[in-house]
Amino acid sequence: MLALVRYTFALRPVWAVLLALLVGSGLILLAGVSPFAAYGELFKGAFLDYWGLAGTLVKTSPILLAGLAVILPLRAGLLNIGAEGQIYMGALFSAMAALLLPEMHPAIHIPVCILAGALGGGLWGLIPGYLKAYHGMNEVILTLLLNFIAINIVSYVAGGPMMQAGAPYPYSEEISQDLWLPWILPSTDAHAGVIFGVLLALIMFLVLRYSTVGFALDTIGKNATAARYAGIPVKRYVVGVMFAAGALGGLAGTFEVLGLKYRLYHHFSPGYGFDGIVVAFLATVNPLLAPLAAFFLAGLKAGALVMQRAVGLESTVIEAIKGLVIIFVAASLGLRYDAQKWAARLMRRRKRLDDELGDTFQARTRGEGR
Amino acid sequence: MSDTALLLRGISKLFGTFRALDHVDIEIKRGTVHAVLGENGAGKTTLMNVLFGLYQPDEGEISLNGTVRAIPSPKQAMEMGIGMIHQHFMLVDTLTVAENVALGLPGQGATLKLQAITDRLTELSDEYGFDIDPHEEVWKLPIGMRQRVEILKVLFRDADIIILDEPTSVLAPNEISSFLDGLARLRDAGKTVIFITHKLDEVEAVADTVTIMRHGHVCAEVEVAKSDAREMARLMVGREVVHDRMDRGSASPGAVIFEARDLRVRDQRGIEALRGVSIDVRAGEVLGIAGVDGNGQAELANVVAGLLTPDSGRVLIDGEDVTASSVDDRRHKYALSYVPEDRHHTGLVLDFTIAQNAMLRDFNVPPFSKNGLVNTSHVRDVAQDWVERYDVRMRSIDQTVRFLSGGNQQKLIFAREVECDPRVFVVMQPCKGLDVGAIEAVQRTVMSQRAAGKAILYISTELEHIMTVADRIAVMCAGEITGILTPDEATDERIGTLMGGHAEEGAAAC
Amino acid sequence: MIEFLSNPQAITDFLSTSLRLSIPIIFAAVGGVISERSGVFNISLEGCIIGGAFGAALGAYLLGTPVAGLLLGVFVAMMAGLLLAGLAVGLSINQLVAGIAINILMLGLTSYLARLILGADATSTLPGFHPIAIPGLSAIPILGPVFFNQDVLTYLMYLLVPLSWWVIYKTPWGLSLRAVGDYPVAADSAGISVPRVRLFAVLISCAMAGLGGCYLVLSQVFVFTEHMSAGKGFIALAALILGRWNPIGALLACLFFGFSDALQLRLQFNSPDVPYQLFSMVPFVASFLALVFLSGKVRPPAAIGIRYERGGK
Repeated sequence: MLALVRYTFALRPVWAVLLALLVGSGLILLAGVSPFAAYGELFKGAFLDYWGLAGTLVKTSPILLAGLAVILPLRAGLLNIGAEGQIYMGALFSAMAALLLPEMHPAIHIPVCILAGALGGGLWGLIPGYLKAYHGMNEVILTLLLNFIAINIVSYVAGGPMMQAGAPYPYSEEISQDLWLPWILPSTDAHAGVIFGVLLALIMFLVLRYSTVGFALDTIGKNATAARYAGIPVKRYVVGVMFAAGALGGLAGTFEVLGLKYRLYHHFSPGYGFDGIVVAFLATVNPLLAPLAAFFLAGLKAGALVMQRAVGLESTVIEAIKGLVIIFVAASLGLRYDAQKWAARLMRRRKRLDDELGDTFQARTRGEGR
Repeated sequence: MSDTALLLRGISKLFGTFRALDHVDIEIKRGTVHAVLGENGAGKTTLMNVLFGLYQPDEGEISLNGTVRAIPSPKQAMEMGIGMIHQHFMLVDTLTVAENVALGLPGQGATLKLQAITDRLTELSDEYGFDIDPHEEVWKLPIGMRQRVEILKVLFRDADIIILDEPTSVLAPNEISSFLDGLARLRDAGKTVIFITHKLDEVEAVADTVTIMRHGHVCAEVEVAKSDAREMARLMVGREVVHDRMDRGSASPGAVIFEARDLRVRDQRGIEALRGVSIDVRAGEVLGIAGVDGNGQAELANVVAGLLTPDSGRVLIDGEDVTASSVDDRRHKYALSYVPEDRHHTGLVLDFTIAQNAMLRDFNVPPFSKNGLVNTSHVRDVAQDWVERYDVRMRSIDQTVRFLSGGNQQKLIFAREVECDPRVFVVMQPCKGLDVGAIEAVQRTVMSQRAAGKAILYISTELEHIMTVADRIAVMCAGEITGILTPDEATDERIGTLMGGHAEEGAAAC
Repeated sequence: MIEFLSNPQAITDFLSTSLRLSIPIIFAAVGGVISERSGVFNISLEGCIIGGAFGAALGAYLLGTPVAGLLLGVFVAMMAGLLLAGLAVGLSINQLVAGIAINILMLGLTSYLARLILGADATSTLPGFHPIAIPGLSAIPILGPVFFNQDVLTYLMYLLVPLSWWVIYKTPWGLSLRAVGDYPVAADSAGISVPRVRLFAVLISCAMAGLGGCYLVLSQVFVFTEHMSAGKGFIALAALILGRWNPIGALLACLFFGFSDALQLRLQFNSPDVPYQLFSMVPFVASFLALVFLSGKVRPPAAIGIRYERGGK
C-alpha cells in the first residue's frame, strides 16, 4: 500500500497534467465542443499525423533547449527566467556569424554559427550569473529584464543594420542555403535541432549523474554552505552554470535561425523561453525527462491549430490548458509526501545559496550594525 | 501583597524521556535582580520559556504575586506583566524604535499614534537613563542600544517582571557594564529582573540573589553578597569531576604542525570576534579550546578551515603560511580536516545519501573520481566499509542522511574527515546532542588520531569532554585566549574563572 | 525639436501621452509594492493586469457600463491574487514559480475566453470612461490639461498612490505589513498573523494591478486584445525596485518609464530614421543599470521570497 502511495506520488506531474486536461475540458465544453473530439483531434494532429508530427518536432527543438536552460541552473538552486532573452541573443549571434563572416566551407561555417549562437546566449546568461555570484543580486529579476533588452536588441538589428532592403517588416537577409540544418523528416520543416536537443539532454543527464561537476552542482543546490565547506568554489560554479544555461538557450535561438527561419526575424519566439520553465517543472528538473515534456508541450501547441480547423475550437484554449498544467504541476510539487517539501527544498536551496552569496534580495544576517 | 513576585514549586519539564527541568523550586523576590546561573544545557532557557508561557510545565505550579496561575501563552504572560527579552532580538531593523514598540500593540485605532508612543518612550527612556532616540531606525543602533529597545518594549507594555535570556552574550565587552547599570536602575524602579547567564562577573556585579542550576536541578540558591566568584564557579561546574581519562597512553607530542598567529576577525556587526588569538598544536597533541558558546570559537574554527578570512594574523601548517589558501587547497594540499559544529547545515547535505556524503570531502580527487568522473563503485565500497568500521547504523548506504540519528551522522562525518589521513584535525562541538555511546565513539576516534600523530584542535563548550581528551586546555573568552592550562592544573574552579573572563596571573597566553 | 518645444499644445499632448502610458504601470507597481512589502514576490502582476483588462472588457461588454467592467476587472485580478496567495502562502510553493505559473495561466485563459465570449465583437468599441475636466485646475497652461482633464481612473490613481503610502507608513496594519516583510519572526512574536497579512497584501496588490488592466481597456483603447499587458507587469516590477519599495518612488519610476515610452512612440511616428527599438529598451536598460549600480544600497524587504514557518528557521 505504501509502495502504491509512493508510486502515485512519484507520478505527480502526470496526475497534474491529467487534471489540467480535465479542467481544460470544462473550458472546451464552454465553447459547446466535445472535449473528446477536441482532444482527439489535438493529439491526432500533433502526434499521429506525419505533417503534424513534423510540426511538433519543429517546436520541440526550441522548447526542449529552453527547458534545459532552466533545468541546469535549477540544479544549483538558480531560477533562470531569461531563456527567452538567451534565445534571442543566440539567434542574433548565429545570424551575424552566418551573414557577416567571410565565406568559408560549410563544414566550418555551420559549427562556427552554432558556437557563435551558444556564445551569444552564454554571455546573456553570464551577466546575471556574475552579478548573482559576486554582487549578490537576484538572478530572477535580472534575467527577466535582460529578456526585454535582448528582444529589443534583435528588433533593432533586424529592423536596422541587418534589415533586408525593402523588407515589409524587420527581418534580415536570408542565410546561405549551405548553412541550413539538415531535415530529419523529408519534405517537412522538421530540422536537426531537436536531435541536438535530445543529445544535449542526454549529455546533461550523464554529466549531472556521473561527473564531479554534476555532484558539485547538486551539492550547491541542496546546501551551498556544505558546498563551501567541502571546498567547492561556489561563486565560480554559479557563473559557469549560468553561462552554460545561457548557451543552451542560445542554441535554441541558433537552431531557429539555421533550421527553420533562415533569417533573423524580430519577435520570432512566441515565448519559447517561458515554455522552458513549464518543461523544467513538468520534467521534475530531470534532463532525461525534458525531451518528453518538451515534446508533449510542443504537441499541444502544434496540435492546437489542427484542432481549431477540425472542430472549430479556438486554439488559444491550449494556452489556457498550458497555464493549468503548470499551476497543477506547481501545486502538486508543493504537496508533502514526507517531512520534506519539494518546493520548500528549492526555497531552502535558494536561501542557503543566497546566504553564501549575500543576496541583496534575501535576508542578510540580522542585526547588521553600521 | 507579599514581597515574593514569583514562586516556582516543583516545576518539571520533560522532552520525551529527557528531564530538562527536574522539580525546580525558585523564589524570586519583588524588586530584586535574580540571576539564574548555569552551564549550557543546565535547563535555564527551558525554565524561562516555562515562565513566559512558551512551554507548559509537566509538573509543579507557578504563583504570581501570591496566587497560583497558569501561563498558557506569551500573550497572556505579557498581560500578566511578564516580559521577556530573547537572546535573539525580536526587532525589525528597518523600523524606528517607536515603530517597533507600536508593532502589534493592542488597542490602536486606524492610524498609528506614533507621537503619543514617542512621548511615552522618551519619558521611559529618561526614567531609566536609556538615552534612546525613538525616531532612530533600529539598524543604526549598536547592539547594546537595541537591547534597551527590547527592554523599553517590555516596559511599555507595563511589565513588572522582566526576563532576560543570556542578555550579555550578544554584547561587546564595553557595552556590558552600562547594560548592568540599566538592570540596577530597573531594580531601583521596583521592577523584578530575572536574568539568565553563565558569566560569574555579571552575577557578582549586579545580582542580589543567584539560583545555580545544573542538569535541570537547582543545586544552590545563594545571596550574592555572601558568596564569591570561586564558590559560585565551583557550584556551577559542580561535581568533583572524575577525570576518567581514556586510556590514552603517554603524551609524546612531536614538532609543532599547526600555528595560528595573532588572528583577528570582525563579525558582521563589526565587533571583533577574535582579538588576537595565537595557538599552536604539536603532532600527537590534542589542544582543547574551552569556553562559553559565542566567545569566538566558531570564528576561530572557520578561519582555520578557510571558510572565513581573518582581518589580520596568519595560519600556518608545517610552517607554511596557508592564510590565503582556498578551502580546497587546505584540505588536499595541507591535509586539514574539519568536523564543523553544525552537522545539518555544514557538515552534511541532508538530502544526499550516505554514499554521497561520504565523498563530499574528496569527490574531486582520486580515487573517488578520475578525469572528472565519479568512481561510483569505489565510493560505494568506501562508504560501505566506513559505515561498518565506524558503526553507522543505517538501512542502506543509499539512504538519505536526513533520517540518521545525530550520533550516526556524526560518525559518518568523522569517518570521512579521518580516513583521508589528515595532518591537522579540527573538531568543533562534536558531541552536541549525542548520546553517551556516540560521545564515547567520537572521543575514541579523536584519541586514535592523537596516537597516529595528528595535530588536533578540539573545540567544545563541554568542559567534561575537553578534560577527557585534551593534553592542554586553552580557555577562550570574548575572542581572547584567557589562559592555557594542563589537565593537572585545570581545576573546575580555575577554568570556570577563566571562562568568566577573569584572566589569572601566571596563566598568560601561551 | 525646437518647433515641438515652442508649441504648447504639442507639449501638452506629449506629456498627456506620457501620463496615460504610465498609469497602468503605476497601478501595478504600487500594488506590487504592497505585496513585496509583506514579503511576497508578485511576479504575477503581469497576469493580474491581463486579468483586470479581460474582466473590464467582459463587464463593460455584458452590462454595457464601464463601472461593471471596473468591478469585474478588479474581481478577476483578485481571483488571480487568491491563487497566488494559496500557492505561495498556503502551500508554500516557491513564490516566483507560483507567479510565473499564474502569468501563463492568465494570459492563456483570457485569450481563450475573450475569443469565446467576445468573439466577433472583440474589435467593437466598448463603453469606457471619458475625460472629465476639473474646472479651474484644467485651465492651468500646459500642465492643467495634462493632469486635470483625465478620466475617473486617473483620478482614482491620484488618490490610491498617496493612500497606499499612508496605509504603509501611517497605519498599524502598514506597520505590520512592513514588519512581516522584513522580519516575520518579530511580527509573529508581537501577535501578528503572518499568513493573514500576506494574504491581504497579495489580494490588494493584485486588485491594484487589475485596475491597471481596467485602465487599459476602459480608458485607453476600449477594446480587449490578447496579451495586451505586453510586459507592463514586468516593467512595474522593475519600477517598484527602482522606486525602492515605496509607492511614491514607484510612481516616479513609472512616470519616467511612461515618458520614455511616449518618446519612443513619438520618434516612431515623426522620425522613422531613428531606431525606436532603442527607446523601447530604455525602461528595461534603465532598471537593469539602476539595479546593478544600486545593488547593496537598495534594500528589499528582507524576508521577501522566504516562506514563513512558525518555529522554523
